[in-house]
Parts: sequence; structure tokens; C-alpha cells
Amino acid sequence: MAKKITVYSTPTCPFCIRAKQYLKENNIQFENIDVSQDQVKAQEMIKKSGQMGVPVIEVDGAIIVGFDKEKIKEVIGIK
Amino acid sequence: MIYDLIIVGAGPAGITATVYAARKRLNFLVITLDIGGQAAWSGDVENYTGYQFITGPDLTSKFEEHMRTYKVTVKENEEVEEIKRTGTTIRVKTHKGEYESKTLIIASGKMSKELNVPGEKEFKHKGVTYCATCDGPLFSGKDVAVIGGSNSALDAALQMIRIASHVYVINPGSALGGDVIMREKVEKNRLVTVLNGSKITAIVGEKMVTGIKIMRDNKEETIPVEGLFVEVGLIPNSKFAVDLDKNKYGEIKINMQNETNVPGIFAAGDVTDVPQKQIIIAAGEGSKAALSAFKYLNQLK
Repeated sequence: MAKKITVYSTPTCPFCIRAKQYLKENNIQFENIDVSQDQVKAQEMIKKSGQMGVPVIEVDGAIIVGFDKEKIKEVIGIK
Repeated sequence: MIYDLIIVGAGPAGITATVYAARKRLNFLVITLDIGGQAAWSGDVENYTGYQFITGPDLTSKFEEHMRTYKVTVKENEEVEEIKRTGTTIRVKTHKGEYESKTLIIASGKMSKELNVPGEKEFKHKGVTYCATCDGPLFSGKDVAVIGGSNSALDAALQMIRIASHVYVINPGSALGGDVIMREKVEKNRLVTVLNGSKITAIVGEKMVTGIKIMRDNKEETIPVEGLFVEVGLIPNSKFAVDLDKNKYGEIKINMQNETNVPGIFAAGDVTDVPQKQIIIAAGEGSKAALSAFKYLNQLK
């Protein structure tokens, strides 16, 4: 079954854009949440990740902070 | 194996050097922390010839795509700790391994300067941020502080005016620097308090930042803020290059051929003493360095 992937991001953050590009290049489906438009989701992201930097990527409940390519690869299982 | 060339860094300078090295069919390796460097952090780029308008991340993708059209070995997330030339071989030690090469191009760029005050490391991304463009929206309706007094600090303050409830500008200088237009916008805004001649001494909080301590007129004050934007400039990533001549800013000194004082070691882009820090200049310098390394290799034979 495909993993549920959520990207918490802001439209102006370069590493959010890079992270989303990377997922798209690898044909990974994800839901994008723009935390600059949704304060409730922003708080949810801060609570889940314990910090205030974007991007935050959630993969089936596992939290990855920042555009950490190696960790993304490992958690999602991209070869 | 001894490589012909090792390129340190994959920003505009390093990637361009890679393209040139690949086209010269050199046996080479790229070691870098990330792809794009500061270009990946840039917002809008409107002065890179051929693109009237492109964002930093998009330009970075174009650069990477160009690099990947060649068969290139890129060691990503790897940080160089030491370089040493012995005989005709240059040894490069990283936190993951050791490599040998006949030539080296250092294109490791610059990074945000830190404040070096108590609490900074502890609260990094817990209120302390180095990218207002990225993380600014998370501080909606909160009181925040911008540390610094130059254009990048003014830029961060102007971005935060639209988001935060109040913005303190903690400026160590006696007056704000930067462009007049931006300075006036910041100074005239009623949501901004500019504190000139003030030095941050500590960042305090529990789980997240709750305030900062500053020294002003020899008095210590605490300002309650939940966010802190550090904009105190950049430093070159040149610490590992101990044997190379540098200027007072720590930038590696190079000549017109991108040669450093050590034969076989070249440098390009923002890490060097070339005063203009531009994406297009870094790219051009990267190509120059690769051509110089190629010429040097030919002379070895």
C-alpha cells in the first residue's frame, strides 16, 4: 500500500520547493499543506515536529524535518 | 584511485566546474553538503542572462539537471574536514572518507553567520531561524526580533511586518545601514521598533523561544519575542583550507586563473576574494577554475 505523505511548507521557502520537486521527480504522491495560509495546520506541524522550520514531511506518522534527502529516501524507500 | 580533480561544493560555481570537467572527460568527483548552495535559498533571480525571471530553486534544478546529463559522481551530504597537499597528491578528508586527487577546486560558498550567544543552538528552529522567507509565516501574529542592521536584516523586517504583530530590529550599529528606501520603510512603520546600538546576549525560552536578552546603553533588558531572525551576514566555508592564503574575511585569495597559493588547488565563487557575489559570476568563475585545472593537468603529463 502506498504510504501517506504530507508536506508542510510555505510557498516562498526554497527547500520546500526543492523537497516537493524531489518527490515529484520520483513519482511520489503527497498532500501539500501551505502553513502560511492555515494557522491550525501550522500549529499542528509545530506540535508534531517540536520545531518551527519548514519543510516538515510526514510519512505514515514519521516526521522528517528539513529537506533531508537521505532520510526521505530511507523512510519512503526511494532507490 | 587518484582522481584528476575533486570539486568541493555544488552551488553555481561547483556545478559549472562539473559541467566543464565532464566535457573535458576528466576523472573527477564532487563532494558537497547540498545542491545549489545559496542559490537554492534565493527568492527571485532576475539577472541571470537568458532567464528574465527564475526562482532560486528552479535555477538550482536547471543547474542540477545540466550536471546530471553527464556521468558524474556526486557525494552529497558530505562535509570536507581537511585538505593537504603532499608531493603531487592532494588528500581530501571528509567526515565519511578520504580521497586523493591531482587537482582540487574549492567552491564551497558561504553560509549564514551565527550569533554565538547562549540559547542559539538549543532553540535553532524553535524560534531561532536564519531564513525569514522560509519560516516567517509560522510567526503569524507573534512578536519577533530581527538581529542585524544591513539590507538582509531590513528585508527580513519588511517581510515580517506583513506577518508578525510586532517587529523589533536589534541593530548592533549606531544607525541602520542598507538601502535608503528600505531603511525608511522600516523606520516609518509603526509595527517596528528599531533598537540601535544594542547587542543580543542570550536567547531564552523553555520548549520554544520566549524572549531575548540585549545590552543597550550598558543596561540589560529582556524583550519578550517568540521568533528571532538572524541576519548578521555570511561567512565563507573555508575553515578546512588551513594552508591557503585568505583575506581578513576568511575568503580564499585567488588570481585571475583561479589559482590559490598552493599549486593544483583552485577556488571559485563566493568562497573566494572575488568581491562581486553573484550567481552568474560564481558560475563563470567555476568554468574558469575547471579550465585552469585542466591546463594544470596537461602540464603534469
